[in-house]
Amino acid sequence: MKHWWKILAVILVLYTIIFGFLIEVPALPILHESIRNLFYHVTMWFSMIILCGVSWVYSIMFLNTGRTDHDIIASEAANLGIMFGSIGILTGMIWANFTWGAPWVNDPKLNGAAITMLIYLAYFVLRNSMDEEQKRAKVSSVYNIFAFILLIVFLYILPRMTDSLHPGNGGNGTFSDLDIDNTMRTVFYPAIIGWTLIGVWFLNIRVRIKKLSHQRETELINNNI
Amino acid sequence: MKLLKSLTVLSLFLISSIVNAQPGEIEMADALLESGKIYVVIAVLCTVFIGLVIYTVMIDIKVSKLEKDLKRK
Repeated sequence: MKHWWKILAVILVLYTIIFGFLIEVPALPILHESIRNLFYHVTMWFSMIILCGVSWVYSIMFLNTGRTDHDIIASEAANLGIMFGSIGILTGMIWANFTWGAPWVNDPKLNGAAITMLIYLAYFVLRNSMDEEQKRAKVSSVYNIFAFILLIVFLYILPRMTDSLHPGNGGNGTFSDLDIDNTMRTVFYPAIIGWTLIGVWFLNIRVRIKKLSHQRETELINNNI
Repeated sequence: MKLLKSLTVLSLFLISSIVNAQPGEIEMADALLESGKIYVVIAVLCTVFIGLVIYTVMIDIKVSKLEKDLKRK
């Protein structure tokens, strides 16, 4: 059973889809039923950060070992991080439109998220600008180390230092008993694990495809020589 | 007179805050949950998700086949 974690991922996400709608949620003004978005919108960001963290670790590992497969994992994990981040931004815009009155308000967390996405997009621009494999891997690994630290700064440190509409930032309390009660935690935490595992599954498939094409390329080069 | 005015304002303010704080005042999807039709939405979402999972499993199997083919060479 080497596929157990894929099954676990599917079960956890199905659980969150079902119980995310059924459990009792606190009746709060402005939010109303949209508080259930916590199970779907916020988990996208958690998955994004975990995948970008994976990318960061593999970039450091690549600089230590120089193994190409570490660089492949780092770039593919960053790619999936952007995918989850984009869904996070889009779902956040829908939610903001109905609770804050506009899809994009001048909130430090939103601007930080936008900057983070641009930083990670620049990572791929940087990668694609170089043809030589080892050089590309080295330069983009160094860039990626900075990129993840900037992600932490823009998403977690700066929004906390000013006023933000997001819970847990500025004058707002974090996921305290006001925002999220214990019933919600029983869905919220499995949702984070489930979506992250789904992300890891996609990562697994993408890395394997990348390795296959890499293998084929090296074979072609060897045949030509 | 001034005291009476300020007291009235204060009491009105308090009443309005109490009214606002009543949980029943906040509109929730109670009707949808009670009528049971929320299960239709859950069923649709589960179908969408399971469909995507089956698709992903098929891609996974295809990649595994390619890996095996390349190893044989």
